[in-house]
Amino acid sequence: MRLGSGTFATCCVAIEVLGIAVFLRGFFPAPVRSSARAEHGAEPPAPEPSAGVSSNWTTLPPPLFSKVVIVLIDALRDDFVFGSKGVKFMPYTTYLVEKGASHSFVAEAKPPTVTMPRIKALMTGSLPGFVDVIRNLNSPALLEDSVIRQAKAAGKRIVFYGDETWVKLFPKHFVEYDGTTSFFVSDYTEVDNNVTRHLDKVLKRGDWDILILHYLGLDHIGHISGPNSPLIGQKLSEMDSVLMKIHTSLQSKERETPLPNLLVLCGDHGMSETGSHGASSTEEVNTPLILISSAFERKPGDIRHPKHVQQTDVAATLAIALGLPIPKDSVGSLLFPVVEGRPMREQLRFLHLNTVQLSKLLQENVPSYEKDPGFEQFKMSERLHGNWIRLYLEEKHSEVLFNLGSKVLRQYLDALKTLSLSLSAQVAQYDIYSMMVGTVVVLEVLTLLLLSVPQALRRKAELEVPLSSPGFSLLFYLVILVLSAVHVIVCTSAESSCYFCGLSWLAAGGVMVLASALLCVTVSVLTNVLVGGNTPRKNPVHPSSRWSELDLLILLGTAGHVLSLGASSFVEEEHQTWYFLVNTLCLALSQETYRNYFLGDDGEPPCGLCVEQGHDGATAAWQDGPGCDVLERDKGHGSPSTSEVLRGREKWMVLASPWLILACCRLLRSLNQTGVQWAHRPDLGHWLTSSDHKAELSVLAALSLLIVFVLVQRGCSPVSKAALALGLLGVYCYRAAIGSVRFPWRPDSKDISKGIIEARFVYVFVLGILFTGTKDLLKSQVIAADFKLKTVGLWEIYSGLVLLAALLFRPHNLPVLAFSLLIQTLMTKFIWKPLRHDAAEITVMHYWFGQAFFYFQGNSNNIATVDISAGFVGLDTYVEIPAVLLTAFGTYAGPVLWASHLVHFLSSETRSGSALSHACFCYALICSIPVSTYIVLVTSLRYHLFIWSVFSPKLLYEGMHLLITAAVCVFFTAMDQTRLTQS
Amino acid sequence: MKDNDIKRLLYTHLLCIFSIILSVFIPSLFLENFSILETHLTWLCICSGFVTAVNLVLYLVVKPNTSSKRSSLSHKVTRFLKCCIYFLMSCFSFHVIFVLYGAPLIELALETFLFAVILSTFTTVPCLCLLGPNLKAWLRVFSRNGVTSIWENSLQITTISSFVGAWLGALPIPLDWERPWQVWPISCTLGATFGYVAGLVISPLWIYWNRKQLTYKNN
Repeated sequence: MRLGSGTFATCCVAIEVLGIAVFLRGFFPAPVRSSARAEHGAEPPAPEPSAGVSSNWTTLPPPLFSKVVIVLIDALRDDFVFGSKGVKFMPYTTYLVEKGASHSFVAEAKPPTVTMPRIKALMTGSLPGFVDVIRNLNSPALLEDSVIRQAKAAGKRIVFYGDETWVKLFPKHFVEYDGTTSFFVSDYTEVDNNVTRHLDKVLKRGDWDILILHYLGLDHIGHISGPNSPLIGQKLSEMDSVLMKIHTSLQSKERETPLPNLLVLCGDHGMSETGSHGASSTEEVNTPLILISSAFERKPGDIRHPKHVQQTDVAATLAIALGLPIPKDSVGSLLFPVVEGRPMREQLRFLHLNTVQLSKLLQENVPSYEKDPGFEQFKMSERLHGNWIRLYLEEKHSEVLFNLGSKVLRQYLDALKTLSLSLSAQVAQYDIYSMMVGTVVVLEVLTLLLLSVPQALRRKAELEVPLSSPGFSLLFYLVILVLSAVHVIVCTSAESSCYFCGLSWLAAGGVMVLASALLCVTVSVLTNVLVGGNTPRKNPVHPSSRWSELDLLILLGTAGHVLSLGASSFVEEEHQTWYFLVNTLCLALSQETYRNYFLGDDGEPPCGLCVEQGHDGATAAWQDGPGCDVLERDKGHGSPSTSEVLRGREKWMVLASPWLILACCRLLRSLNQTGVQWAHRPDLGHWLTSSDHKAELSVLAALSLLIVFVLVQRGCSPVSKAALALGLLGVYCYRAAIGSVRFPWRPDSKDISKGIIEARFVYVFVLGILFTGTKDLLKSQVIAADFKLKTVGLWEIYSGLVLLAALLFRPHNLPVLAFSLLIQTLMTKFIWKPLRHDAAEITVMHYWFGQAFFYFQGNSNNIATVDISAGFVGLDTYVEIPAVLLTAFGTYAGPVLWASHLVHFLSSETRSGSALSHACFCYALICSIPVSTYIVLVTSLRYHLFIWSVFSPKLLYEGMHLLITAAVCVFFTAMDQTRLTQS
Repeated sequence: MKDNDIKRLLYTHLLCIFSIILSVFIPSLFLENFSILETHLTWLCICSGFVTAVNLVLYLVVKPNTSSKRSSLSHKVTRFLKCCIYFLMSCFSFHVIFVLYGAPLIELALETFLFAVILSTFTTVPCLCLLGPNLKAWLRVFSRNGVTSIWENSLQITTISSFVGAWLGALPIPLDWERPWQVWPISCTLGATFGYVAGLVISPLWIYWNRKQLTYKNN
């Protein structure tokens, strides 16, 4: 079957998207969560199990403690309390641990050991997976069920002092709070004094049920000078005195209340030997957890090696301690020593509640939950528990009752442990099988694309795809058989849940047929190439068709970028790679222009043999090109091709434009500092957005919008010109309405709205311009004669996108848009047209600039830099689909705008009919090379320390980029089809 | 004749390499606490001085450009002044290019400028010695088939390898190894130096290897 290279490339990218989707599904396991959302209100607690007789205890058990104080010390490592440092600097805490009424544990935090996920884990009991970051992108508030939410619902009064993250996570949950920012890491005294200064007052007042204190100082000290700094000791002593103050105050209060109080001391994560955290080393993972209450038994003897528990256990324990339902998504198990002092019936009741909650979670997340050993144990212990209740209700106070009770207890504890483990394992495991399937599909497509490069880039831009070959080949059926066998074996023997096995047989079979068909097609293309390679070339390589240095740069740059994705620093600082490449590209272009205009350039083979080419790798890169009789060939009487056409001013513009572009790039680079290492550096963007420089920002935004208008209007029809002008005015009005810029005649207006009307006003024009563009395109297709109309239509679609981007960009980013248009204009006028690059080179240059602009906008490979506010422009509330689309467009505006400019540029150039197909093919290829390599890299690096903090976000970005590429390729192909029907 | 020329080329290049090695070891005899990484700027100045001096001496001694131009004293002086201006101009233009590549504009300006100086020393100074302040000749040498002698050919190779070395030297900067040599501009200057040395080593070998294919127009 013959296919145009554009269509072929689009199909390939579509299949790749499918493969990546399967891979991502395997790589990011779905988080364990309950289907019943927290908003739906509380369901009645599980009644006590009973055999025969119905139990009279169906309500929740009453709270065990009247007041709970949680002292969370950021980056408190276990040895700071239990080790020699603790003995030295925290004498009171050590006394409590060794002699007092307390229980101490080492709570293990799961990576990422960063504050926010750790707070979530402590309060919800769930393991915040990576996907949660995406899910909660629209609101920083925690939507899941948590102890805090349950306490608020039960009417408990919660007071909070400390890290602001809590206030963001639980808005409106605290009756009183004072958030301190963790922004200034160099400050480690003020942050803690801001917490401690409230302490006396609040302890005296006592009109609260839960008091949460989050101290940041220790973490800041760790970041500044590491865990062995002398500052640590001082801070620990300070914390010790805080703890002593709280404890004595709680003890003195206890006489007034019927129930004892509980004091919890914990850390959210540890501290590595360099003082940082985030990864999964032992020092970062182990945190102390000390529960202090007069209700606990005093136990003599010191405990140097406390029991290891999970951090997620805290949520369940707190819920039980406060008489609240356990949070629905919690995977933790109750810390049994806390309830040890209670009567047997209560102990069993608590354990039962916890196991019921865990087994429910298991039922909702694991299809084959009945086979789970934890579930079996749970059923058994529930039965025993029922028997015990019957005996108990029959009032048999005897040895039998106690013995049976302790047996049930042990059963329950075992069940809890197993259930908790198997639930945690759900989150922590990679689904290798799905990942492999995705990788295989993607790699096959990539091989196919690479193999068809020579065919697809021929003048005709068509290629023979042996689609029918699979049907007749034995290989195809054999591969299907093998794959099915593998599928059956893997799926029957899999211990953990596997997404691909969970698919219906039809879908899985479809993917397998696809994979084997791709394999066959690849093999047959390969044989074609090999056989074709043996026959003598019809078209021996012409000397002038040697690779220019630009081609070499493009090739090396692509290869270098792909390889750099294997290093975490290069992923973090990917913007540097692109800036570097784009700069080098500009220098190479400048060299090319100089060569053309000072030395003259013609395609003639070099005269006068000078240096035999072929051995000189590096030299050829730079010294490729012009003929040798350079001196004689001066500017005036050079070759008749280009240098004669362009003279005077235009020539100087051609020579200067690479430098102008370089200067633009340098300016943009200092607009937004991104990445990790240099992200804290001051940049123009921060300077502009600070409230003191509103006037400057307003002028800059207005100027940028003006430039945008001037540059875009030249290709538009009069109607869309007017629409564009009004739309850009609307953009400014919108920014003024939401208060980020201001009008000169209203220098300090205070009324700030959401700017709904203004934004919708702009949307109308965006849609209008896009509609006009589409109409023109359709017309040009129907009338089939008007080439100009098509160019105008494409330009209108492009300008509609520009207008939308102008609306979505933050005002300090508007220069990015203006400069992007400026660079596009310069390149079009003075570089691509005069220098006559071919479609492939132009495509790659567009792609590189698109990537660079992605980072110029302030994006990085970190999820945190996604500008979510773009999703709320012109919307009253969060509406999922438009918000996601707008955010995606706002984030990928750079690449998308460059791609749409590419379409317009290539179709306005009439010189080659197949330019668009070539461009589409190149675009697909150049986008799929990094993504396919990256998934292989990520698979091999899946146990890397930075897999969650660095590589996974990049993987998501790559997946999204491929999706955008697929959309762009579809657009390309659609435009290409119109050309085909015209001709 | 030709083998003789190549031999001379090799010796001059070895002398250049030797001067770079000297610039690493000699200062530590006179200056305390001298090391390439810690007192990098001093080393940059010394190295650039050494290389310039050796190039000048070699130019005067070897006289690869057997141009029979009459040269009065005033002509020589203007020529020398022109060379100085060219050198400064190349320093400044390199500095501009580094800033465009992302070097900080205000902070570390001295460091950036000294990097420009050392790169000019490796590239512009040999050009000036060999070709003189003659832009047309430069363009000729750096176009594809414009070289007319092995001296120019080796000039091409060393210049390009210095550039490539400096370019590659920028690559390790973003890595988070936190080594002292990753600080701007140390990795780039070291890259340029290695590139220059590599060019000095490679070019005689490459010319020797290809001596059969190489024919130069005698003009």
